[in-house]
Amino acid sequence: MSKRIDWKALGSILSPLKNVQFLARPAITESLEPRVAAPNYRGFHLNAWDECIGCSTCQKVCDNAAITMVKVPELPNDPVKGVRNLRPAIDYGRCCWCALCVDICPTASISLSREYVHTCFEEEIDSYFMLPREQGMHGKDYGKGWAKSEDADMVDLHRQPMEEVAPEDRVDNFEEIVAGFTRQQAILEASRCVQCGMCHDSCPTHMHAPEYIRAIWQDDVEEAVRQMYRSNPFSHVCGRVCTHRCETACSIGRRGEPIAIRWLKRYAMDAVPHERIREIVAEQKPQFISGRSIGIIGAGPAGLTAAFDLARQGHSVTVYEALAEAGGMTRYGIPYYRLPPEALDNDVDVIVSMGVEIRYNTRVGSDITMEELQRQHDAVLLAIGLQMGRSTRIPGSDHARVFRAVDLLRMAGAGEDFETPRQAIVIGGGNVAMDIARTLARLQKQHYHEVKITVLAMEREADFLADPVEIREAREEGIHIIDARGPREVMVENDELTGLKTWRVKAIFDEQGRFAPT
Amino acid sequence: MRPENYEAKRQPPSNEFELNFGPNHPGIEGNYAFRVKVSGDIVLEGKADAGYLHRGFEKLMENRLWIQNIAITPRICVPDPVPMEVIYCLSVEDLCGQEVPARAQWLRVLQMEMSRFAAYLFYFGGLGSTNGMYTPHYWGMADRDLILDLFEELCGGRVYHIYNIPGGVRRDIPDGWLERVSSTFDYLESRLKDYDDLVFRNQVFIRRTRGIGVLNQQEALELGVTGPNLRACGLPFDVRRDDPYLVYDQLDFDLPTEDAGDNLARALVRRADLFEILRIIRQVIKALPDIDGPIRAPIPNPLAWNVPAGETYQRVESSKGELAWYVVSDGGDKPYRAHVRGPSQTHAVQVLEHLAKGARLEDIAQIMFSLDACPPEVDR
Repeated sequence: MSKRIDWKALGSILSPLKNVQFLARPAITESLEPRVAAPNYRGFHLNAWDECIGCSTCQKVCDNAAITMVKVPELPNDPVKGVRNLRPAIDYGRCCWCALCVDICPTASISLSREYVHTCFEEEIDSYFMLPREQGMHGKDYGKGWAKSEDADMVDLHRQPMEEVAPEDRVDNFEEIVAGFTRQQAILEASRCVQCGMCHDSCPTHMHAPEYIRAIWQDDVEEAVRQMYRSNPFSHVCGRVCTHRCETACSIGRRGEPIAIRWLKRYAMDAVPHERIREIVAEQKPQFISGRSIGIIGAGPAGLTAAFDLARQGHSVTVYEALAEAGGMTRYGIPYYRLPPEALDNDVDVIVSMGVEIRYNTRVGSDITMEELQRQHDAVLLAIGLQMGRSTRIPGSDHARVFRAVDLLRMAGAGEDFETPRQAIVIGGGNVAMDIARTLARLQKQHYHEVKITVLAMEREADFLADPVEIREAREEGIHIIDARGPREVMVENDELTGLKTWRVKAIFDEQGRFAPT
Repeated sequence: MRPENYEAKRQPPSNEFELNFGPNHPGIEGNYAFRVKVSGDIVLEGKADAGYLHRGFEKLMENRLWIQNIAITPRICVPDPVPMEVIYCLSVEDLCGQEVPARAQWLRVLQMEMSRFAAYLFYFGGLGSTNGMYTPHYWGMADRDLILDLFEELCGGRVYHIYNIPGGVRRDIPDGWLERVSSTFDYLESRLKDYDDLVFRNQVFIRRTRGIGVLNQQEALELGVTGPNLRACGLPFDVRRDDPYLVYDQLDFDLPTEDAGDNLARALVRRADLFEILRIIRQVIKALPDIDGPIRAPIPNPLAWNVPAGETYQRVESSKGELAWYVVSDGGDKPYRAHVRGPSQTHAVQVLEHLAKGARLEDIAQIMFSLDACPPEVDR
């Protein structure tokens, strides 16, 4: 057969009759049964409700606003765990089956089925609006069509790396370990966010994390700072030592590494000069003075946050602090290698700049009485915190060289004189235990040039309460960690500590979930 | 009323009539009207009347994220959607300075040629219909469906593929798909003889189309005609060869031409083009298994994607002619402007109006279809 046709060489006039031969061919019968589409087909939506967390990212990427998030009351709704009882409902009058919702879904719960057809009578027109579940549009299993695949994932599951001081360089000093993001890193990290707002819901102060992450991505750090100060005046502190529930709830963390929200906060706070932060926060100064006066006892995070919020509302606020400096547990309970005092000073300075007065070295009860406070102020807020340490109450724990965590950290933080032990055991597997162990390790290294610390945790390593990063860093610094062991008795000979007897722990909680180690 | 201001209303001569083709007419691939003024059965003047398919694509794109626009682009030309997807991606990639992996480039070429083949089958069907022959229409649609089956397997969509994405393509090919492409196109090649008997060597068709709607090369160039319509005037111009994009410079193909510039020439050029498409597809099928690597360059989070400020003008060869897009970014997360310069704009408006003058009424539908214009490209 030739590629070119010479139109002058006309074919036979009968040649079109060729189609008559098709009459002799067997007829093709199309079954009335529904046909299953190709394995990659973009049919109707399927949604695995167990995996879906209601983050609404599908709704955001939808071209045609075909997705509405619908509340399903019987499903769990736990902001701390990052689960909402919302599920996507699809309006098939709008959907264009582009499957962007599938490719971007952070949990990979959405997929499309291999089903071709949906049709209905006029009175069933609502059937075009549906809440997809696992079994698909018509309750029949046609199998998954277009689903999330590794090479087509539109979510970036990997964090920007964070530089840290090497273990050997950090173990003999209290310099800050984490270097913080560079501008480039921060913008890239912020660009991973899908703006689901899980972080906002899980944050105890409901910080506007989606907004400030967005601002950081837009390279507008001043706007980021403005967003942070909407609900939290301790952004320098929380940018370093927050327990970051936001990151636990982050929808990207379902399959990958959550957005480094805490480090992004720190980046924005560090990127804006302090004077400029004061100016930005000053925008929130009240237009009216209420004429009311409020006394707050305790210049810790709770007291100062309350002071900031009340000052913003136009009240006159005086904070009474027993110690010489503000910050409370953040100053005396957190080692400097995690939270340098300058960061805390900056936060306090911004709060003071809003017109808050702090009276230091004023202990209520001795320097000023409650009656005086009640007389001077329209309202008094007690924000004294939990200053008493806890004890294991095992035999020998009343020995002078057995310390409680809070006391020890305060002594180290305030620079008080105490004799650094040559060898120490830290009881506990939480972040405070790691703080103690790592603080003592630094002091030992400074005084004796060697680290001899053992951490004894009742939990198994997989269940440690401490942040995995803390555990890793503690090990890097030469701290020995023993898991599933509980303290039994402090051994004392001639008023000298000689050792610690321990139990092997089988279970920490009883069947009712109460603390009852066995 | 002063006498000097009085002007008698001019009534048309009693032998002139106005007639509407469309907006629903089988002579064109969508809703499009063509108003003609006739005297007897001679057309005195034709006026294109677009707008029936206007869905505001270009404006919509300014309000959607860069990624969301991939779902809009194929809708601008239903019979041949792939070039629309590819050119949008080429534009965004150019603005971002993004390199596309080789495998994705070959896959894009394969899709574009498959889509071109399907569009031509659609065209033969339509052209037959406008001459009163409906069998080519049925055959064309049935054979085109085999290509749509391949697309369904590849990307889950039969007509709106939404398979190309800035940076590459969305999925790799399924197992055994290339063999099925190969066997399908072998079958389609075997069918071409039937099409010849039915259409291209059919005395009725040839006599009916020869010498109708003649456009000479000079006029074609002045009017801005491109693609197969220009090649039917004897000028071998094709963006694939003359301004290569993707991997067309590594492929071997010819540009068939005809000299007559009439309806028959336009049909024959496309018929000959099918063989070139088959050549290209076979070259891709042969080369693709040896081209490893990713199918997509890494792209940012689609919800946080700012394309650097700038403007770009990209062009590709669609089945209708030279398709170009002008895209402007102001550095934001949505296009500042996206403009489609489709070949159908020229072919369905200026060329059609030009060819209609003096044509016979019964030839108008045939001329309309022979230009292979796609109205959504005009009403974008």
